[in-house]
Amino acid sequence: MGSRASTLLRDEELEEIKKETGFSHSQITRLYSRFTSLDKGENGTLSREDFQRIPELAINPLGDRIINAFFPEGEDQVNFRGFMRTLAHFRPIEDNEKSKDVNGPEPLNSRSNKLHFAFRLYDLDKDEKISRDELLQVCRGAPGELVLGLCLLIIVGRNCSFL
Amino acid sequence: MLRAALSLLALPLAGAAEEPTQKPESPGEPPPGLELFRWQWHEVEAPYLVALWILVASLAKIVFHLSRKVTSLVPESCLLILLGLVLGGIVLAVAKKAEYQLEPGTFFLFLLPPIVLDSGYFMPSRLFFDNLGAILTYAVVGTLWNAFTTGAALWGLQQAGLVAPRVQAGLLDFLLFGSLISAVDPVAVLAVFEEVHVNETLFIIVFGESLLNDAVTVVLYKVCNSFVEMGSANVQATDYLKGVASLFVVSLGGAAVGLVFAFLLALTTRFTKRVRIIEPLLVFLLAYAAYLTAEMASLSAILAVTMCGLGCKKYVEANISHKSRTTVKYTMKTLASCAETVIFMLLGISAVDSSKWAWDSGLVLGTLIFILFFRALGVVLQTWVLNQFRLVPLDKIDQVVMSYGGLRGAVAFALVILLDRTKVPAKDYFVATTIVVVFFTVIVQGLTIKPLVKWLKVKRSEHHKPTLNQELHEHTFDHILAAVEDVVGHHGYHYWRDRWEQFDKKYLSQLLMRRSAYRIRDQIWDVYYRLNIRDAISFVDQGGHVLSSTGLTLPSMPSRNSVAETSVTNLLRRESGSGACLDLQVIDTVRSGRDREDAVMHHLLCGGLYKPRRRYKASCSRHFISEDAQERQDKEVFQQNMKRRLESFKSTKHNICFTKSKPRPRKTGRRKDGVANAEATNGKPGDLGFQDTAAVILTVESEEEEEESDSSETEKEDDEGIIFVARATSEVLQEGKVSGNLEVCPSPRIIPPSPTCAEKELPWKSGQGDLAVYVSSETTKIVPVDMQTGWNQSISSLESLASPPCNQAPILTCLPPHPRGAEEPQAPLHLPSDPRPSFAFPPSLAKAGRSRSESSADLPQQQELQPLMGHKDHIHLSPGTATSHWCIQFNRGSRL
Repeated sequence: MGSRASTLLRDEELEEIKKETGFSHSQITRLYSRFTSLDKGENGTLSREDFQRIPELAINPLGDRIINAFFPEGEDQVNFRGFMRTLAHFRPIEDNEKSKDVNGPEPLNSRSNKLHFAFRLYDLDKDEKISRDELLQVCRGAPGELVLGLCLLIIVGRNCSFL
Repeated sequence: MLRAALSLLALPLAGAAEEPTQKPESPGEPPPGLELFRWQWHEVEAPYLVALWILVASLAKIVFHLSRKVTSLVPESCLLILLGLVLGGIVLAVAKKAEYQLEPGTFFLFLLPPIVLDSGYFMPSRLFFDNLGAILTYAVVGTLWNAFTTGAALWGLQQAGLVAPRVQAGLLDFLLFGSLISAVDPVAVLAVFEEVHVNETLFIIVFGESLLNDAVTVVLYKVCNSFVEMGSANVQATDYLKGVASLFVVSLGGAAVGLVFAFLLALTTRFTKRVRIIEPLLVFLLAYAAYLTAEMASLSAILAVTMCGLGCKKYVEANISHKSRTTVKYTMKTLASCAETVIFMLLGISAVDSSKWAWDSGLVLGTLIFILFFRALGVVLQTWVLNQFRLVPLDKIDQVVMSYGGLRGAVAFALVILLDRTKVPAKDYFVATTIVVVFFTVIVQGLTIKPLVKWLKVKRSEHHKPTLNQELHEHTFDHILAAVEDVVGHHGYHYWRDRWEQFDKKYLSQLLMRRSAYRIRDQIWDVYYRLNIRDAISFVDQGGHVLSSTGLTLPSMPSRNSVAETSVTNLLRRESGSGACLDLQVIDTVRSGRDREDAVMHHLLCGGLYKPRRRYKASCSRHFISEDAQERQDKEVFQQNMKRRLESFKSTKHNICFTKSKPRPRKTGRRKDGVANAEATNGKPGDLGFQDTAAVILTVESEEEEEESDSSETEKEDDEGIIFVARATSEVLQEGKVSGNLEVCPSPRIIPPSPTCAEKELPWKSGQGDLAVYVSSETTKIVPVDMQTGWNQSISSLESLASPPCNQAPILTCLPPHPRGAEEPQAPLHLPSDPRPSFAFPPSLAKAGRSRSESSADLPQQQELQPLMGHKDHIHLSPGTATSHWCIQFNRGSRL
């Protein structure tokens, strides 16, 4: 499968992805093979169902949230570029990259981009605010005591500032 | 050997076990008739000596800790070694022969296990596994590297002729020596690092390494030893392979033994419901059994017992009763501390015995230099490799500390003593070198590492507990990262941890934890909290009414409807402030608005909730244990009950305390200044004075905070459970505690009306007021007492704004010329009285009574009661910190 994946990925596309996300060549090919193996419809895009087929993700209490993070607003398909763009948020911050590319767009794995990404994970309704309910939602899967404590606080009326 | 070891020294357990066997008289002798008095020293000698040595060690510890200055500069281990040297000298001088030395048998069988168990059991497991890769690298690769390079370098030194020719040793001997001298020692590392307080990552890496390298050390030592005994000529190639294989057998086998026993232990404690009393014993027995089993199979015993402690903790803690938990914790700490003390002392004593060792400067110096150099080099190289993979790289300073923190200790010493002199002719030289190395690392490095850490500005450990928010998000991100690893199809650390958690939840916990543990965790907590939540909500609602009815309107005063929106805290702030805004004003001047809100919320929550029983958090400190949580809880419940009772008392007998209604408006006035930044009160006489005092308090406070956080830092870290911690408000909490302690007084007394009485008798207040009160004690002489009435006056005039005029308000005289002067004299008046009599109903209480008599409506009554609650809410805050703070502050107060 790996060989098929790398052949399907055109070189110029690979270069672009490399530039945009900062992944290395081998990482991209590896992720591409993963992408194609997830892509049951074999149409070059992933749907939500494709993600939900991952067994571990299905039991992850925050799995849906992660899946949503892969999809741009209003779309239910994600191509390899989008896939990689989302994953790029999880690359470690590199100091040297900043100096190398001052004028270019901020790399996806910069601190602020990471934070924004994390924020969007909490912000379910995409109104750029984390509401009480959204915060409560995050508690799913958290240990019992934690949730209860948090619920208490939220019920009592504090949003996030006191914690 | 074991027998000899026992007779010299063993743990009380061993001593106790031996005692009965010695008791029976030898049956052969005819009974000499009844004796009135018999001296049977020899029958009790062994256990007696053991007990005596431990006693001496403990007493020495007490003496060391008498002076904080000494212990803060010199690590205890250094002091103990020095003491051991002195004692050894005395013994040598008296008995003409060295006695009571550190016997390897005693050391490995009795002294080492408690220390390792303690560290394994209280190991912060999350931190440990997060850094497992680094720890394993340093433990395995690092130790191998150290052993081989040191051994080879020493051999090279010998070849170069720098080591005296009388040291008869070949390459294998030196490798053997290298293997035993290279391992970082858990006991020494723990003893020193515990006092240094470097950040957790650094600590866990060095400490974890020292624990896990045991397997490597044991294997290397055994392999080299057997090679030496076989003679280098007879060593076959397969022997090398066997040596490598044995590394895996010993380490994995040791870990497996530990895990098996951890499983057994967890399983056993699941069924001890009816025999709670043996729960602690089981923990110790099975852990010790793990150690002995591993030792028996010549696996890594340290690894076994570490794994046992690490593995069983979660389930055992959930299964055993609270008291057993405390017992386990205390006993473990006691045993470990005791063993450590004895080890260091005996190390010192053993060094005196010159018959055992022979000196060679070249060897000693060479070893010292090599172990330092190769340790540093190894750390740098490994860290470079590790940093390629680590998300948070270890920086240079970390590497320096890690290199420098490679302390050698009693393990090396015991191993070198175990060498066979006939097979290793240079044993005496090795012994001397080992002693020097151990002493050098423990004393010199131990002494200097603290200044070094300070000088390098190594990140220190933070002693705050993670807040709910932190915990929650940490948890969230665990899930997120695991999910991303799933998406990527990469089976990395998060993936495995996630899988492990699933597995643990599904099977292990089901199997190993009591059902009741679940029930408690899920249902009871649920109900418990729901009740508390309801209370809290109703409390909040009432708070809203208080405000709207008192009519103390502020510019920003929220209406009741907006409670749920944003301004609960505003309400609360006003609400609890009217009861006791003392703390608030402190915060007001120091903290940002948010912190202030946090504090208020904190008080509210803590007032509404009993603190749940807490579980112990992992703590690496062996010497300090936080005070009994159960006791705290009891006290807390008691206080809460007391509060209730007082409340009812107040509502029935409110007439008593009419006169104390003054302080409240004053405080509200002040709060207005501070909290809402309202300018409206500027014209009133009191304001200037308040702000002045507040400012003074502020300065004193900050000092005190530092001092106290120092004194109680070890206690802070031990609490776990749900605590609503408002950040940066610890001073508020402790104030609450103080008032709580005072309010336990069952029968409140009437005290003369005074605006500051409630304030002044709070020890924290007087304590903090060090400066403020100082000033005031002078003013007392100047300002006549009738100032007081003047003061009350101005207060009552203030009060009339807020509430109906007071029935028994003092007759109006003239206003005080200077409000500040008027306020201050109160302090000396009330300070001398002891805290109990000076207990007063919080001013609001009186007010409550009055307002009740005026209005029969239920609600207003309750509203008026609220301030009292608000005032007392401070009781239930994290006791670990609060109590100690309280003591200090109170002392300060009384000193005045």
